[in-house]
Amino acid sequence: MSEHLWRVLSLQDHNTRVVIFGTAILGFAAGLVGCLTLLRRRALVGDALAHAALPGIAGAFLVATALGYDGKSLPLLLAGATVSGLFGIVSILLIRRMTRIKEDAALGIVLSVFFGLGVAMLGIVTQMNRGNAAGLESFIYGKTATMTESDARLIATASALCVLVCIALLKELKLLCFDEAFAGARGYPVVLLDIVLMSVVVVVTIVGLQAVGLVLVIALLVIPAASARFWTDRLVVMMVIASLLGMTGSFVGAAVSAMLPRLPSGAMIVLAAGLGFLVSFLIGTQRGVLVRFWRRRQLNESIDHQHLLRELYEIFEHDPDRVSVPYEELLERRSWSRKRLRRMLEQASRNGWITENVSKMEFALTDRGETEAKRLTRRHRLWELYLIRYADIAPQRVDRDADAIEHVLEPEIVAELETLLDKELGKTRMPDDPHAGGVGS
Amino acid sequence: MMGFDWNWQLDGWIVAAGMLCAVASSLLGCFLLLRRMSLLGDAISHAVLPGLAGAFLISGSRSSVWMFVGAVIVGVLTALLSDFIHHRGQVDEGASMGVVFTTLFASGLLMIVVAADRVDLDPGCVLYGAIEQTPLDKWEVPGLPFAVPRVVVVLSIVTLVNALFVGLFFKELKISTFDAALATASGFSANLIHYVLMTLVAITAVACFESVGNILVVAMLIVPPATAYLLTNRLRTMVILSCLIAAVSAWGGHVMAIVVPSWFGFRSTTTAGMMSVATGVAFMVAFLFAPQQGFLPRWVRQQWLRWTILADDVLTLLYRIEESAREVGGHPATAPGSAFAVTAAPLAQTVPWVAETLLTNRLAVKWAMRYLTWRGRVRPVSAKDGGADSGPAEGGGEARLPVLTEVGRREAETIVRSHRLWEQYLVTKVDVAEERLHAKADRLEHFTDREMQDQLDEQTDSPSIDPHGRPIPNPDQP
Repeated sequence: MSEHLWRVLSLQDHNTRVVIFGTAILGFAAGLVGCLTLLRRRALVGDALAHAALPGIAGAFLVATALGYDGKSLPLLLAGATVSGLFGIVSILLIRRMTRIKEDAALGIVLSVFFGLGVAMLGIVTQMNRGNAAGLESFIYGKTATMTESDARLIATASALCVLVCIALLKELKLLCFDEAFAGARGYPVVLLDIVLMSVVVVVTIVGLQAVGLVLVIALLVIPAASARFWTDRLVVMMVIASLLGMTGSFVGAAVSAMLPRLPSGAMIVLAAGLGFLVSFLIGTQRGVLVRFWRRRQLNESIDHQHLLRELYEIFEHDPDRVSVPYEELLERRSWSRKRLRRMLEQASRNGWITENVSKMEFALTDRGETEAKRLTRRHRLWELYLIRYADIAPQRVDRDADAIEHVLEPEIVAELETLLDKELGKTRMPDDPHAGGVGS
Repeated sequence: MMGFDWNWQLDGWIVAAGMLCAVASSLLGCFLLLRRMSLLGDAISHAVLPGLAGAFLISGSRSSVWMFVGAVIVGVLTALLSDFIHHRGQVDEGASMGVVFTTLFASGLLMIVVAADRVDLDPGCVLYGAIEQTPLDKWEVPGLPFAVPRVVVVLSIVTLVNALFVGLFFKELKISTFDAALATASGFSANLIHYVLMTLVAITAVACFESVGNILVVAMLIVPPATAYLLTNRLRTMVILSCLIAAVSAWGGHVMAIVVPSWFGFRSTTTAGMMSVATGVAFMVAFLFAPQQGFLPRWVRQQWLRWTILADDVLTLLYRIEESAREVGGHPATAPGSAFAVTAAPLAQTVPWVAETLLTNRLAVKWAMRYLTWRGRVRPVSAKDGGADSGPAEGGGEARLPVLTEVGRREAETIVRSHRLWEQYLVTKVDVAEERLHAKADRLEHFTDREMQDQLDEQTDSPSIDPHGRPIPNPDQP
């Protein structure tokens, strides 16, 4: 087994080498191009194109056979597929620009009508006397495991071309994907760029289609790009990650399939890429679900801390002679559960903001905690004061509004508030509590 | 009788099956289109593979009931998973659908291959029926004097369920499609409606794959609703229209499948493919000719607008020439520098000069003049009264500009009045910079009716001269 594994990984078999090399290159290019289509909100354009290629294939076969040539020569079928793919693209762009129909429906219309036409043409092709039409459909469904060296070479050439085009036009395409209107205003030929981008997708799709099949080529265009989105907000980084993911997924899938020959390599590649998506979905550092969950928790915790410190500060401010505050009193002040308050208090004490007595039921602010609490309270009241003064919000309602924003006030804004409210601050530089006295009475 | 090979016993049932599939799909398709989920049908058509394989592996039989249940479950799962990834992961709808259906398809393929020793399951065979085989498998339906194809019975039930759902919950569907928050606020769950819709789409899709093939349902879910969307702005009309279009395309598609290949000497071709081509034809017709959204009507409207504006411009230019000829000597001079100021003695007031002034070509100006002559707004200058009205025309063989008739003069006066009133208004009320004044007024003058003129007049205290010092004509006080 391990010997077999080594044979596969070191690419000793010629056949394995071709399959792994070909799919990896395709994965690389598709990942790169997929990023652009994803950001263009046309992730499924590959799906539409792959289906739209069928009438071209059937048509090329029909014409070539009728003229007495070999209907199944690869360059001919590829040319037919490309032509009808380009027709499909033009139709999508026309529908999108000329009507109010949305992207997804435009893709769907082209997909289903073109594919229907292709099926109808295949129905005719099978009746032809000359030429053997059998296997024409397999052009659409692919044959990953039997990829030949010439297939791999074709993939490599086409992929290199697409990658080069994308890199050369990176700045323009980036602008097109993020802000089409702005690109137009800057004088970029938006329609032309759109056509270039879509032509690149056509090339990747058609080349991939005949090598690895319809579903796999869609998967390679969509999944790595969607996975990469979880890791970064920068397009270039995203493209690099997507390409690497596409390549790795293809490599792993093809290698597994080579080791366990019964598993179809196309399906294994899709599953490998799908696994990559799942991992990215969960732990992607920028938008992964866990990271977002963790970030939200962090924010909630820091907000809790700030509320606790402000509560303590206000209690001591209200009654300067007090030495400590009991747990039960704190519990009543806000809608904290016992467990949550206990956890907050423990963390605050670990941070050195509060001290507690032996029974852990009485709490007081340390010097450090008082400084921090003062800063937070001040920020809160500055904003309250600002709202009362300048936004005409009633003092009774201002607490909630200030609560929503005080946690994200930056020092610069606080400084600005200070200059703005200079007169009201007085000597203590601490605004009075607008609810003082009002709450109780 | 119909000119081609048509057999009601066979073709009639095929068309019936196709129409039922078409109506059932496009009923739901309208809502998918508006929710931007049109590609769901395509996604489900690829994704049901693991459902079939799983149903087979679990039940161990190839009975269609199990297959159906398995496929529907996976179909619903496709919709739910795409939704989940779209919302939780903030992934684009299309992309999340793509991720889900490719992965599901691959795992289905894997299941089939792994279980290959025990089973002999050809996905192509199980998954996709052919509409041509509809009449072969018939059921005796109680209460009917003749046998009905199984497919027609199944699709009738599906169509009925869909029609009932859309009919009974039309209001809820409408609100939750356009404004989910309002739906929730009105006291019913937009999510529930959404999930019921997804389930019905999955059931319809699977029932159609199994009986008439997958191409047809994918097309019928998208194309007829999109066609109807181009034709109307009302949801109710859109649903009805899309059902009609779908049914007619299904019938026309079958006819096309029989007729079109015969032109080239072949026998009939795949009906399902031709039916989706027929929907494409319907879409193309709507794309080109739809009264409001269509390409040609919009183009014609645009050209007509261009044309009337050009005619207006020519008319007012003639008026200005006349005006400046009248003012030669004495009256406040026209402000230099403003784009249309007609100098007191223009060098050559000929058609090329007009074309250049109005930034267009000579041919258009000539046609506009011919059009104005035909409408009796201007009359050509005959040799007799040459030089009487308009400025001196030089340039040898160039034709002189025509002169305004009484009707034309009044019309030109109204337009010029609008123009100058607007200029006055823009200067006094809106503080528009002087150099941008003319262009703005030029655009507005064509869309100002009498009522607005009076309002402008009132707002600017009925001025008699515009900011450039030219008089504002008033047809009521000659």
